[in-house]
Amino acid sequence: MHVDPEIIRLLAFLVGVIAFAALNAAYLVWLERKEAAHIQRRIGPKEVGPFGLLQPLVDGIKLMTKQLIVPAGVDPVLFKIAPILVMVPAIMSFVTIPFSETLVARNLDIGLLVIFAFAAVNVLGLLLGAWGSRNKYAVISAARVVSQNVAYEIPMLVTVVTLVMITGTMNLHNIVTQQLGGFWNWNILNLSASPLMPVAFLIFFVCMLAETNRAPFDMAEAESELVAGAFTEYSGMGFGVFFMGEYANIVIGASVATILFLGGWDCPLGLFPGVHWFLIKMYFLIFTVIWIRWTFPRTTFYGLLNLSWKILIPISFFNLILTSAMLKVF
Amino acid sequence: MIDYLREIISGTWSLFVGLGITIRYFFQPVVTVQYPHEVLPMTPRFRGHIELTKDEETGETKCIVCGMCQKACPSNCITVNGEKREGVKGKVLTEYILDFTKCSLCGLCVESCPTEAITFSKDYNLAGLTKEAYIFDLKKRLEAKN
Repeated sequence: MHVDPEIIRLLAFLVGVIAFAALNAAYLVWLERKEAAHIQRRIGPKEVGPFGLLQPLVDGIKLMTKQLIVPAGVDPVLFKIAPILVMVPAIMSFVTIPFSETLVARNLDIGLLVIFAFAAVNVLGLLLGAWGSRNKYAVISAARVVSQNVAYEIPMLVTVVTLVMITGTMNLHNIVTQQLGGFWNWNILNLSASPLMPVAFLIFFVCMLAETNRAPFDMAEAESELVAGAFTEYSGMGFGVFFMGEYANIVIGASVATILFLGGWDCPLGLFPGVHWFLIKMYFLIFTVIWIRWTFPRTTFYGLLNLSWKILIPISFFNLILTSAMLKVF
Repeated sequence: MIDYLREIISGTWSLFVGLGITIRYFFQPVVTVQYPHEVLPMTPRFRGHIELTKDEETGETKCIVCGMCQKACPSNCITVNGEKREGVKGKVLTEYILDFTKCSLCGLCVESCPTEAITFSKDYNLAGLTKEAYIFDLKKRLEAKN
């Protein structure tokens, strides 16, 4: 019997991507707890397995064995579809991410666009889940998420447009290939294209934090004000899937930042490029995301919107104009 | 315009300063004590329940069964009993019962003791299932210690 190798490749990547997302979700929780503990000079999980490494496994079993409660009065369809709507786009985005020269599920010419298109669905999932829960905290949370994402999508996309103007392609593989050969070739230090490239990276990173609802922009899940925000009515694995989606989105955000600004799988000194460099950079960015969470307190909602509309958007537009001027002149 | 830019730059700088502080903490050794595995020594002035002290020479209690502690106790939680024995000067302690359910750790018994026969113990692991578990026979405890 003849089987198309393309189908086998597709299946392998499907399984691999889901396993990668789930493993990351589980072990980023462990990393988060460990890192938080050490920043506060504690030890963190240590009892279950060496260094507490089996803790995520035990947590997963706990979540899976818990009863899935569907409260009376919720919208039965929206309530159940919302976690999937958060999880699936995150996994879909992995399709176009090139982890190394050869390791990519599907190299699309509009890879960058695909990722941002799917990233926008994440908000819809949260909104539907919160609306379907029929819970006032969830609805407040959803309103916050939507206005926050509208505010931060603009500087993020303007920064990305600036970058695409420089690279001239939306193909993630080509974007990385242009940056190969050492850290002085990376887009973050591409000062001849625009002297504001490091600032553009900062803007992108801040927007990524806001888009993935991470602290200090975790308005959606502000425990001290909104119980658990959009997740309030979810129990067991419903909550677990939301959580996995959140962490998968962080992985996507860190991967995109790595590809766009930090040269993807390129080695900083031009030696031995490969998937390990991609992972090192990506996990360093994730480490920074967690590091930020345990350093800064949550901003107020006004502070959050002011930061976007008064600072990030003007600067990213200025960068856009500066870059286009420099591209025209030189 | 200048103020706007200055605020952005100083604000960004202050964020990096904050990150610097937390990463320094990240690499410093942990300060927590892993309680069931590690135990800190108790401070000298810790007030646990009372216990009988040991006479370094004889290894027996210093108690002379004068009953001062029993009288001083505001909650009546101490019961001291002794007996006369052949060839021994003074009374000999037969039992020293402390009802810890009533004790308020005021320390009047320790203060009133003329021979410094009782002191505060450093014992704080006092979980139990019955009320009777908190009626301590301090003489037996001292003997068990020896």
